Amino acid sequence: MEGQKGCDITLFISGRIVLENIDEAMSEIRLGLEEVTPEKLTVDLSGIDYLDTAGAMILLQLESEAHALSIPFEFLRMAKKTKGIMNLLDSKTIAEPPLIPKSKAPGILEQVGLASLALFNDIVLVVTFLGELLFALAHCVMHPRSVRWGDVLLYMKRAGVEGLPIVGLISLLLGLIIAFMSSLQLRQFGGNIFVASLVGVAIVKELGPIMTAVVVAGRSGSAFAAEIGTMMVNEEVDALVTMGFEPIRFLAVPKVIAAIVVVPVLTLYADLFGIGGGLIIGVAGLDLTVFSFVRQIQKTIKAFDIVSSLVKSVVFAMLIAGIACQRGFQTRGGAHAVGASTTAAVVSAIFLIVVADSAFAIILHYIK
Amino acid sequence: MEKPFVSLEYPERITALGVFNKNPVIAVNDLTARYGDHTILDGVSFQVLKGEIFAIMGGSGCGKSTLLKHMIGLYTPIKGTVMIHGVDIAGADEATLKHVRREMGVLFQSSGLLGSMNLAENVALPLLEHTDLSAATIARIVNMKLGMVNLSGYGHYLPSELSGGMKKRAGLARAMALDPTILFFDEPWAGLDPITSAELNNIIKGINAGIGTTMVIVTHKVESIVYLADQAIMLDRDERGIIAQGDPRELKKHSSDPRVATFLTSDTAELNKEDT
Repeated sequence: MEGQKGCDITLFISGRIVLENIDEAMSEIRLGLEEVTPEKLTVDLSGIDYLDTAGAMILLQLESEAHALSIPFEFLRMAKKTKGIMNLLDSKTIAEPPLIPKSKAPGILEQVGLASLALFNDIVLVVTFLGELLFALAHCVMHPRSVRWGDVLLYMKRAGVEGLPIVGLISLLLGLIIAFMSSLQLRQFGGNIFVASLVGVAIVKELGPIMTAVVVAGRSGSAFAAEIGTMMVNEEVDALVTMGFEPIRFLAVPKVIAAIVVVPVLTLYADLFGIGGGLIIGVAGLDLTVFSFVRQIQKTIKAFDIVSSLVKSVVFAMLIAGIACQRGFQTRGGAHAVGASTTAAVVSAIFLIVVADSAFAIILHYIK
Repeated sequence: MEKPFVSLEYPERITALGVFNKNPVIAVNDLTARYGDHTILDGVSFQVLKGEIFAIMGGSGCGKSTLLKHMIGLYTPIKGTVMIHGVDIAGADEATLKHVRREMGVLFQSSGLLGSMNLAENVALPLLEHTDLSAATIARIVNMKLGMVNLSGYGHYLPSELSGGMKKRAGLARAMALDPTILFFDEPWAGLDPITSAELNNIIKGINAGIGTTMVIVTHKVESIVYLADQAIMLDRDERGIIAQGDPRELKKHSSDPRVATFLTSDTAELNKEDT
C-alpha cells in the first residue's frame, strides 16, 4: 500500500487471487484499508499473476464497497486478461443479497393450519381418485376387452408369484412366534391343545390378511407408485393423454385388478404357512400330534372366518393398489418427488389397511 | 529430477498435479471403447490445446457421448489412454483423480441439476464440497455465476420450474462454480430453440474469450460448431473413429469426404451466419 493516511491511497495487489484464497485476500485488504481510511483509492493490478472469476469478484466487491462509502475508486494497469474476466461479471449482481434462502420456520399455529389444509386437500384428492378408479373398474367390467390383460398378468406375477417366498417366510415365523409365546402360558394350565386354536384364530382372522397386505404394500405398492411417478416426471402420462388414453384405465386398472386377484390368494397361502409354523411348535415342543393339531384348527376356524378374511384381503388389495396409483399420479417435479410419492404410498396404504381392519373388526362382530 | 512446471496461466493446484507440459490440456491416445462385444470406438487419438473450443461431432450412434464419458472419467477405456493435464485418468489413484476432476466442469445433456435443490443450492454444491469458503462468500460466488449465465434472481427456483434453456444455463453455472480449466458440454443445444441456442452460444463464447477456459463440446449442431469451435473432429459409426479433423469452417468449405461434406452442409441455419 502506498500513500498517507486519510489521503489518496494506492493499493498494490499481486500474486494469485483464486477461489481458494479470496476470503484471506479480502480480509487482508479490508484490514489494511481500515487503518488508512483513504480519501481516494487506486488499485494497481499490475502484479497479479493469476486471477479467476472468484478473484475478479472480490475486486469488483472492493469497488462496490468503495462506491458505497463515496470513496473515488480506480483500477490501474489492468492486464488484458484480467479485463476480459472482469467484463464477464456484473458488479450489481454480486452486490445483491445472497440468493441461498434462509427458510423461516412457521409458527405452531401456522404449522397446524398448513397440516390441516394439506390433510383436507389430500382426502379430497384420494376420494376423487377412488371415485374415478371405481368408475374405470365398472367400465372394465362392462367392457372386459378394454382391459390390458397382458399387463394384469405381468403385475400378478410381480405382486403375487414373486412375493410368495417373503410372504411364506414371514407367516411361518409369525405362526412359530405366536405358538411358542402362547405355549409358555397355556402349558402351565395343561391347555397345550388350545395353542392350535390360538394360532388358527390369530392367523386366519387377523395376522394372515394384515401381514400379507403390509408386505404387498411394501413390495408392490411402492413399485406401482414409483413406476407411475417416474412416468409423470418423464411426461409419459401426458403423452398417453394426448394419444387419447385414459391414464387411470391404462395404468391403474391393470394394477388394481392384479392386486385384487393375488392378495386373497397370498392371504390363503400366508394362513397355511402361519398354521404350519404353529404346527411345528405344537408337534416339536408340546407333544401334540399333527392330527390333533389340525383337528383343533378345524374345530376353531369356521368357513365364515375364512370368507371374511378373503373379503378383507380384497378390500386391502384395492386400498394398496389404489393409493399407490393415486400417489404416483400425484407426483410432480423430479427424482425427489418420485421418492416422496413412493414413501407416501407405503405409509398411506399401511395406515388405510389398519383403519379398514378396525372397521372390519366391528362390522364382523355384529354380522356374526 | 525434473522441475515441476510452473505457469502463470494456470492456478497453482494444476502444477501440484505434476504436469510438465502446458499443452495439450487433453490428449486421447489410441482409445478403444466397447459395449459388450460391440466396438464403438477403435484407436481414436486427438489432442485439445489450452483455451481451445473443441467440437466432437458426428451423426447419432457414432460414439460421441461414449467418447465424452471416457474423457470425463465415467468410463474406463478397453485400450488406450485419456490424459487430462498430463494425468492418465484411467490409471490415476483416487486422490489424483479428485484433483483432476476439480479441473473439469461438465454440462450434461439433461443439465443434471438436482431436482430437490433450488438453483442457488445446486451451484453452491461444488463450492461447499471442495472449498472452505465462508457462507457469505459462497453466496456471492453463486450470485456471480448465475449472473454470468443471465439467471440473476432465479436462485430460489427449483429446476422443475425452469424452461429447458434456463436449466442448461443453470447447469453451466454449476459446471463453472469452481472455475475449472476445462468445460465439457454434452449436446448443449439439444431441445433448445434457435434464439435460446444463440444466447447459449454467446455465453459459451464469452466465457472462453474472457477466462480462456478450454472447452470440449459434443454435438451434431453444425451451425453452432462452425460459429464456436476452433477445432473439430468428426466421428463415424461405420469407421468407429475419426474421419475428419481440423478447423470446422475449413472442413465445411474444403472437405472432399462426402460424409463430412454432407454432414456439415445439411444443417445450415441462418443464425450466426454473419459471425462466421
